[in-house]
Amino acid sequence: MTRIAAWTIFLLGCIYFALPLWGMTEFSLRMRRGEYSFDAYASILSNPEFQRTFLFSVTMALVTIVVGVLLVVPTAFWVRLKMPELRPFVEFVTLLPLVIPAIVVVFGYIRLYNTGSWLPLTGTAMGTNALLAMGYVMLALPYMYRAVDTGLRAVDVPTLTEAAQSLGAGWITILGRVILPNVLTAVLSGAFLTFAIVIGEFTMAAILNRPAFGPFMQRLGQDRAYEPTALAVIAFVITWACMGLISLVARTQKHTRAAGR
Amino acid sequence: MALTTEATRTAVSPPRLTTRLPLRWLGLLPFLLFATLFLLLPTLYIVVGAFRDGRGGWTIQNVLDLATPSIRSAYWLSIRISFWSALLGCLIGFLMAASVVLWGVPKRLRNPLLTFSGVASNFAGVPLAFAFIATLGPAGLLTLYLRTEFGINLRAYGWNLLSAWGLIVTYLFFQIPLMILIITPALDGLRREWREAAEVLGASGFQYWRMVALPILFPSILGTMALLFANAFGAVATAIALTGPSLNIAPILLYAQIRGDVLGNPHLGYALALGMIVITAAANAIYIVLRARAERWMR
Repeated sequence: MTRIAAWTIFLLGCIYFALPLWGMTEFSLRMRRGEYSFDAYASILSNPEFQRTFLFSVTMALVTIVVGVLLVVPTAFWVRLKMPELRPFVEFVTLLPLVIPAIVVVFGYIRLYNTGSWLPLTGTAMGTNALLAMGYVMLALPYMYRAVDTGLRAVDVPTLTEAAQSLGAGWITILGRVILPNVLTAVLSGAFLTFAIVIGEFTMAAILNRPAFGPFMQRLGQDRAYEPTALAVIAFVITWACMGLISLVARTQKHTRAAGR
Repeated sequence: MALTTEATRTAVSPPRLTTRLPLRWLGLLPFLLFATLFLLLPTLYIVVGAFRDGRGGWTIQNVLDLATPSIRSAYWLSIRISFWSALLGCLIGFLMAASVVLWGVPKRLRNPLLTFSGVASNFAGVPLAFAFIATLGPAGLLTLYLRTEFGINLRAYGWNLLSAWGLIVTYLFFQIPLMILIITPALDGLRREWREAAEVLGASGFQYWRMVALPILFPSILGTMALLFANAFGAVATAIALTGPSLNIAPILLYAQIRGDVLGNPHLGYALALGMIVITAAANAIYIVLRARAERWMR
């Protein structure tokens, strides 16, 4: 009895999730009348604006990941090693981006960093790009920090640091060649998740008026029928790939550790 | 070379306390600077702006003006959409997780379910809206299929994807997976011994759930619901891509205000944003408090 009910619930749930995925895939193949074709995909891929915005967002994601790692790894390391009493405070700050809606923060950005202000970032395209990248680092902060901090928990930070210091390593060497390799799995999962978030992000890019992939998708959705669903399929595949890479990385980590023992 | 000597020196004789204190803080400086410039100051600017008037004086008029009918109805609709999507997301997510963890759907399906949930909870925004338009929109796959094959006209039954309920059904696509991801560890934490103890004492399955399992899970469920509420409340991209500016909800109103001052008063815009912070902060506070309570049982 319970079993039948459980199966019913489970299958109904699966149908709910399968339908939109099936719907968008089917729709994206119907551009040519009467038969299935990849016309919508061909049309998207040859669209110069798609290429431009996609490249822009990929670049943004990579910049975000690099800045995020450079910011989060030393901070999490330092807090663990030297200031454990501040951990709740730092953790609280890193969770704030989940509390304050992104649209509110970016609203603050355009008021605080406009052309008449003390730091006129939005005055130039490069400055706005930098501001957007910082906004993305802010969005990724909760995931990045949590991943790295959890990774550090499995590592004996003080001992490793002392050992490295006694061998003559400076802080940069310790971070780059001792700490980072030890939390590489965590950093990589944080990085892939960041990539998935940044690549299709809409709100911040739209309000800062940058030529990113998210606003492009939204514009295309207003005046085309089939291409947007092809974009949705592509976006879904990217999300899936990022999540797949995360579990792949986690699995290799387990294997290498087991082999090392 | 210089590094070596410096390292040996610190190892042999630690520097005096007076020079150490500020150096410790130096390591945290980049993070504090980043958080101040790109998170705290911008938010503070909005919060303070909500209490200023156009001439630079202090006022609470902006906050009071949020009670005007159009803004109040935008908040109210947002709250209702977030509430229902959180409630249904919790309920369905709980049932799906429990059917695999406890109720006999094969354990083999557990990992695929969790992996899929990880993907689906991150598949939000513009593409998600497209997927639902292609499926349940006016010319969507399911809409047309039901009409041609079964003669069911969804529109005649009052269905409209570009409405509050359309938004709720769409939000469920990331709300249910988020619930599954959070509640599965909690369900794993239900010990077999508790169930056995209850059965030995003569409890029925219903009594076990009502008096043992649900009270233990309750903080987790309620806390996750608060989190899902905040999640839906702050969602901008899905709503804009799905309904355009036609649906009057708080995030869309704020988006329109930022792009074109539709309210005709910048400071009222700040107050609108402040209201959103207050609501999501309250929901998150509930989540944090209940999560701490839930963790007592999860050792």
